[in-house]
Amino acid sequence: MAVQILIPTPLRVYTRGEKVVTVEAGTVGEALRALTERFPELRRHLFNEEGRLRSFVNLYLGDEDVRYLQGEETPIPDGQTLSIVPSIAGGGRWSSGRWITRR
Amino acid sequence: MILRLRQAHQDQIRAHVEGGYPAEACGIFLGREVDGVRIVERLRLVDNRWADPEEQTHRFLIPPEEVLAAEREAVAEGMEILGFFHSHPDHPARPSNFDREHAWPWYAYLIVSVENGRATDWRVWELREDRSAFIERTLEVVP
Ligand SMILES: [Zn+2]
Repeated sequence: MAVQILIPTPLRVYTRGEKVVTVEAGTVGEALRALTERFPELRRHLFNEEGRLRSFVNLYLGDEDVRYLQGEETPIPDGQTLSIVPSIAGGGRWSSGRWITRR
Repeated sequence: MILRLRQAHQDQIRAHVEGGYPAEACGIFLGREVDGVRIVERLRLVDNRWADPEEQTHRFLIPPEEVLAAEREAVAEGMEILGFFHSHPDHPARPSNFDREHAWPWYAYLIVSVENGRATDWRVWELREDRSAFIERTLEVVP
């Protein structure tokens, strides 16, 4: 069935500007595969080298984090939207980071 | 890219980061982008949710449920998430390696240096597409 995937702003450059991508899928895993087949550049931003979802990339089905459901096996009920949601982390203790001053 | 804040927003951020000192404090910018100018129309102040409170002096976390709530608020108002701010207590307003490892491209990252409890330096950064470094951008404060 058709599943709508909500793309966060930083990743829209890899979906040709599309905010919502509709794919055919029955589970979260199928939806991700369909999405990254259509937009292969998304893969390295969503998955690490072991092919697992990056720790600051989160998937929500409605209000539920799919990590607490059945992960990629989670079935997607009809009409539900899958949201890709970044978590934002950081901190100080600047040490050897590089930066560039705007010209 | 220019990040444009209203004076009232800057005052709110100052109170939030000085009030949070010596922990890092953080928040989310909602608004619109017009010709490369990120116009902040709404601010969401967020509690630092980094799991270990002792590490909150140099770490912060905005959990995904906060980002999702902000995203929904933005969509409902025809806005979007423009970026985030966090403080660096007793550290320069420059991104750390840890910031870079966890940052996303496109978003505006405002860092406020808070020295001895006072917000001193305000700088805006954007992660390069290849994640190699941050580029400093312009902060504009309007009435
Ligand atoms: Zn930082």
